[in-house]
Amino acid sequence: MKMTGAQAVIECLKREGVEVVFGYPGGAVLTLYDELYMANFPHILPKHEQGAIHAADGYARATGKVGVCIATSGPGATNLITGIATAYMDSIPVVVITGQVAVSLIGRDSFQEADIRGITTPITKHNYLIKDVKDLPKAMKEAFHIARSGRPGPVLVDISKNVFAAELDFEYPQAISLRGYNPVYEGDPDSVDAVYKELLKAEKPLFFVGGGVNLSDTSEIMRKIIAYTGIPTVTSLMGLGCIAEDDPNYFGMIGMHGTYAGNLSTTETDLLIGLGVRFDDRVTGLLNEFAAKAKIVHFDIDAAEVNKNVRSHIKVIGNLEWSLDQLYRKIKERPDTEWKEQYRPWKEKMVTWMKEKPLVYNKETQRILPQAVIEKISEITRGNAVIVTDVGQHQMWTAQFYQFKQPRSFLTSGGLGTMGYGLPAAMGAQVGTPGKKVICICGDGGFMMNCQELMAVADLNLPVKVIILNNGYLGMVAQWQRTFYNQHYAHSCIKTKTDFVKLSEAMGVPAIRLENKEDLETALEKVIASDSPYLVDIRIPEDEDVLPMVPSGARLDQMIMGG
Amino acid sequence: MKHTLAVLVENKPGVLTHISGLISRRAFNIESIAAGYTEEPDMTRITIVVEADDEYELEQVVNQLSKLIDVIKIIDLTGQDRVHRELALIKVTAAPENRAEIVNIVEIFRAHIVDVNKETMIVELTGEEMKIDAMCELLEDYGIREIVRTGRIAIGRGPISAKEV
Ligand SMILES: Cc1ncc(C[n+]2csc(CCOP(=O)(O)OP(=O)(O)O)c2C)c(N)n1
Ligand SMILES: [Mg+2]
Repeated sequence: MKMTGAQAVIECLKREGVEVVFGYPGGAVLTLYDELYMANFPHILPKHEQGAIHAADGYARATGKVGVCIATSGPGATNLITGIATAYMDSIPVVVITGQVAVSLIGRDSFQEADIRGITTPITKHNYLIKDVKDLPKAMKEAFHIARSGRPGPVLVDISKNVFAAELDFEYPQAISLRGYNPVYEGDPDSVDAVYKELLKAEKPLFFVGGGVNLSDTSEIMRKIIAYTGIPTVTSLMGLGCIAEDDPNYFGMIGMHGTYAGNLSTTETDLLIGLGVRFDDRVTGLLNEFAAKAKIVHFDIDAAEVNKNVRSHIKVIGNLEWSLDQLYRKIKERPDTEWKEQYRPWKEKMVTWMKEKPLVYNKETQRILPQAVIEKISEITRGNAVIVTDVGQHQMWTAQFYQFKQPRSFLTSGGLGTMGYGLPAAMGAQVGTPGKKVICICGDGGFMMNCQELMAVADLNLPVKVIILNNGYLGMVAQWQRTFYNQHYAHSCIKTKTDFVKLSEAMGVPAIRLENKEDLETALEKVIASDSPYLVDIRIPEDEDVLPMVPSGARLDQMIMGG
Repeated sequence: MKHTLAVLVENKPGVLTHISGLISRRAFNIESIAAGYTEEPDMTRITIVVEADDEYELEQVVNQLSKLIDVIKIIDLTGQDRVHRELALIKVTAAPENRAEIVNIVEIFRAHIVDVNKETMIVELTGEEMKIDAMCELLEDYGIREIVRTGRIAIGRGPISAKEV
């Protein structure tokens, strides 16, 4: 079939089942936009390219589908960088299409030329520069395949302007042949047997569940294994939602702001089983002493993750769908009562720790405390909303106090810690899951980094709820300054004359301000029940800390406790 | 310890950028890197000499490189019976009174003189790094103007080729 490069791009999107793209036009992609117009292809226009890429990322996290984002050459493309790096760090499948200057102009510092392929090499799973229209269908097919398979990640396809107009005889490749890329789905069954043998010997095993379980949609079988064996389980920030918070075997998140029981358990366990985790420094604390008494087992689809940070005794490489299934079969060879009996004393110990020092905050104060806000939202939504956060204290309070029930219900920039992520990602998540309540929790600092997307939310009438936990500070920075820098609040006070309610209303999103504790519940109920977008500016104390806290570089049980 | 890796990659634009980008991003200690065409037109072979403190560090280098989509295969030639060579071109000051001595050294090392003028000579030498180092040390006395070295290339002995391993 004869068509132009631009038509071919759209044809590829259709073949890949893409339902919507997030993009921003400009010179190098005008031909493509003309075709999008003629094909009436669903397209969402954020107000900034960073909004587009975070939206595509939020869409991907909420739905499990590949998010697609389009930008023009030069500044359009460079505006995507933070978002691409964010998706890369959290292994999110995104295909980014950028326009490039015409082939004849490449390499001459032409108008709006930027070497986006070079720039994104360290932050993409793979990238392409298409200079010949003949190469386009194959590259597009590969891009989607690479983005979603194995360990997912962003793939960028940079397309020269002239390619969009050039003609080709379109043929979409049936099969992929990439001799250098063969993700291991089914690994070595012996490795699972080895884990089974360790489980038989262990007294204090611990499951440490990470974002990989979310990404591979394996929380169901994970939950079954936990229920069958009664093995105490903790998660990383990215693993939240994989295990229901009311699961009796669940002991919360570990790491810098993890629970007392969770963090303590890592120093006591004799068999730590990490599943789809990266052993990031925010989670391990002092690396040398992380889980020092334990044999470590690492389940991952990416062999390069094993032994990157923490030395593992057993590695189980492969898709969790495969390995967890193998493990489940194996453990069922023994009655569940025996497993539970074997680990009962250990679990009881953890329950005691949890009771001794649960997550706490001051419930008596007349001020609105952020933790109470999150608990209230959790109650009202019964843990079933899609919660998107920005980065800072509010992110950690959300992680600690929202009672997650479902996988893919907590979207946050974990690896890169990108302020400004929340609002655009919430927008993308809402586009992908129209039936769900999508709530963005952000700080007064990070909100401003992409607040322009309120306009897009309003124009599309997306019922996203934006909750600003307004402490007048770059709270997380201020907490560190309070704790480690002699209360030198160097440029972290952001009290402003700007009225967020008016700002929001000006952009077309109704808004309210909350200052009194007694108004909290009714106001939140009303806002969350509404079918339109809403913004709530909640005034919280300026000096509330996120606790517990493990100072960076300390061992996980060396926590500064709250209460 | 030094390891010699044979890295087979797709012969496509941008592959070397991907490899060098990864090496610098992950802060790997690379001593040399040499790339060239192979018996297959669509495949390039890169010989990388990497310094790794322990097996874990080496494992990271291999695993991270393997993750690059265009990397087809990596073979660690270190423990194997192999031949490795480097080519050096050395421009040395050759005053008339020293010429005979230099020619002598060149012969001992089985090197070649590939260019001569009134002031200098260019010596071409192939061999293991130690041999090149040794020759450079000797030529130092006469004044070395310029050295170019290719970095190590290596190939396993015996009938099996790297792509079949
Ligand atoms: C783009 C970016 N810049 C800077 C930082 C460093 N940083 C981490 S948290 C934080 C403060 C965030 O303040 P706010 O959005 O008000 O949230 P709070 O901590 O007060 O809840 C900053 C500046 C970051 N994570 N991302
Ligand atoms: Mg703040």
